[in-house]
Amino acid sequence: MLRKLLDSIGPSFHEGGKFERFYILYEAVDTLLYSPPETTPHAPHARDAMDLKRVMGYVWLATFPVILMACWNTGFQANSAMAAMGTGELEGWRGALLGGIGYDPASFFANFLHGLTYFLPIYLTTFIVGGLAEVVFSFVRGHEVNEGFFVTSILYTLTMPPSIPLWMVSLGIIFGVVIGKEVFGGTGKNFLNPALVGRAFLFFAYPAAISGDSVWVAADGYSGATPLAAAAAGGMEQVAAGGYSWFDAFIGFIPGSIGETSTLAILIGGAMLLITRIASWRIVSGVFIGMVATSLLLNLIGSDTNPMFSMPFWWHLVTGGFAFGMIFMATDPVTAAHTNAGRWWFGILIGFMVVMIRVVNPAYPEGMMLAILFANIFAPLIDHFVVQANVRRRLKRQTQRA
Amino acid sequence: MEALLSLFVKSVFIENMALSFFLGMCTFIAISKKIETAIGLGIAVVVVQSITVPANNLILNYLLKEDALGWLGIYGVDLTFVGLISYIGVIAAIVQILEMFLDRFVPSLYAALGVFLPLITVNCAILGGSLFMVERDYDFAQSVVYGIGSGLGWALAITALAGVREKLKYSDVPAGLQGLGITFITVGLMSLGFMAFSGIQL
Repeated sequence: MLRKLLDSIGPSFHEGGKFERFYILYEAVDTLLYSPPETTPHAPHARDAMDLKRVMGYVWLATFPVILMACWNTGFQANSAMAAMGTGELEGWRGALLGGIGYDPASFFANFLHGLTYFLPIYLTTFIVGGLAEVVFSFVRGHEVNEGFFVTSILYTLTMPPSIPLWMVSLGIIFGVVIGKEVFGGTGKNFLNPALVGRAFLFFAYPAAISGDSVWVAADGYSGATPLAAAAAGGMEQVAAGGYSWFDAFIGFIPGSIGETSTLAILIGGAMLLITRIASWRIVSGVFIGMVATSLLLNLIGSDTNPMFSMPFWWHLVTGGFAFGMIFMATDPVTAAHTNAGRWWFGILIGFMVVMIRVVNPAYPEGMMLAILFANIFAPLIDHFVVQANVRRRLKRQTQRA
Repeated sequence: MEALLSLFVKSVFIENMALSFFLGMCTFIAISKKIETAIGLGIAVVVVQSITVPANNLILNYLLKEDALGWLGIYGVDLTFVGLISYIGVIAAIVQILEMFLDRFVPSLYAALGVFLPLITVNCAILGGSLFMVERDYDFAQSVVYGIGSGLGWALAITALAGVREKLKYSDVPAGLQGLGITFITVGLMSLGFMAFSGIQL
């Protein structure tokens, strides 16, 4: 039936039709719901059910465990904070919505719904505003609306702190989509991850709203440091004093950006991506190995003044955005290195940089975002050297044989 | 020793000549279309920077500073007001001498560097390096390290930019932004990535 409807309104969107200008919108809806009818007219033919749209859709699906966990934990943190502060009721639309359910941090539903009232507005804002920027560019430049934006929008949302004002969310996603992606010609032609460009823009433009101690729990006036910030301030003792065990951080009972807290949920999504080979296991392993090696080295060096030196690697894994960045951000096929050997180096560079920023740079407790952006800059160069080395090796082999 | 090491790291990454001070932009943007030439220019900058900064340091300390001419028995003379012109002169002269030297003794390197050597005489990153040296009062060892480090940082940045620009050949940039426009945006986004280092105290 849906197919019939699409077919019946189809002609007026094609060339010469009434709504010719809006063809890209029709095309976007059509190909989202059904496989595109176009086939390759000439050899070579590759038969594969996975086109770009399905790949992007799959990444979107893989974030679902993270989203569920994100809603629950955001609500759990907020409800716990309210219980700790003795706030009984919320005001405004959230209060009206949640009044009947209550704010009990032990109740699954209350937590989940409370979290949802933070997650959904941010996501909808991102989707509508960023989508608008994308569609406007598609109209003017005449390229198709791409599912890449589904992924960008959800990843961007999951890296936001829950209490961020919505106008900042829109500003960041516009910057990310337009400057990070569309000025280069759209999906596949950018060199930095658009979601991270948007977040980095907010991070440097409005540091008060996206870093510090008071933004990670969605309750007014409550300040709860992330374990990473606590570790930067007073080492592992401070983390333990905050009441966070490693297992808490692994499951995701800690304050932080909406989607970065639960390493477990991220790894479930990551397993989906790795098994379907959408995410490169080389990059993921590279990031992990780079992180472990660097943190072991720093543990060995040690420092009397900087407690971060002694942070063990299993804590690096579960705190901050490390797991989220490793699975969802670093593996972006467009902005990562494209050669297999290059992927290893790319991943190791990220792992190295993230620990260095966390440990050595006192200005930022978290370094995943900047580490990935930094590695994105060097990805084309890494590819270049890998290709050159390959050319040289084969040249040598040829001349030896001759 | 440790202080020199941290000065080196600082001059390569944290105070990157190209991406945090935006010095040497003209050559940075003009000669970054191909990775090979970018590497050639980068090497030239490293070589020139690591010679001129220490040389200017000697000039400053033994000729220009107040009472610097003490070793000649002349006191009460302060020649720092001719500093700027002396540094430029020294840079230009050294580049010329270096060019003749390479042409005569290392022709392969001379051919590789080609036009870049005379070109970087007028590069503001080179003069900037000497002026930072003066402003921050580096001693001789520090100025050697700073010269090598700042040159390397600039070389690293231009090589990375060339890599990105080679990749961007396949992108579809709007007509009005093609060429210089998109390069400026690219450099801006790159320095966003280099913000990772800002705030590190060594």
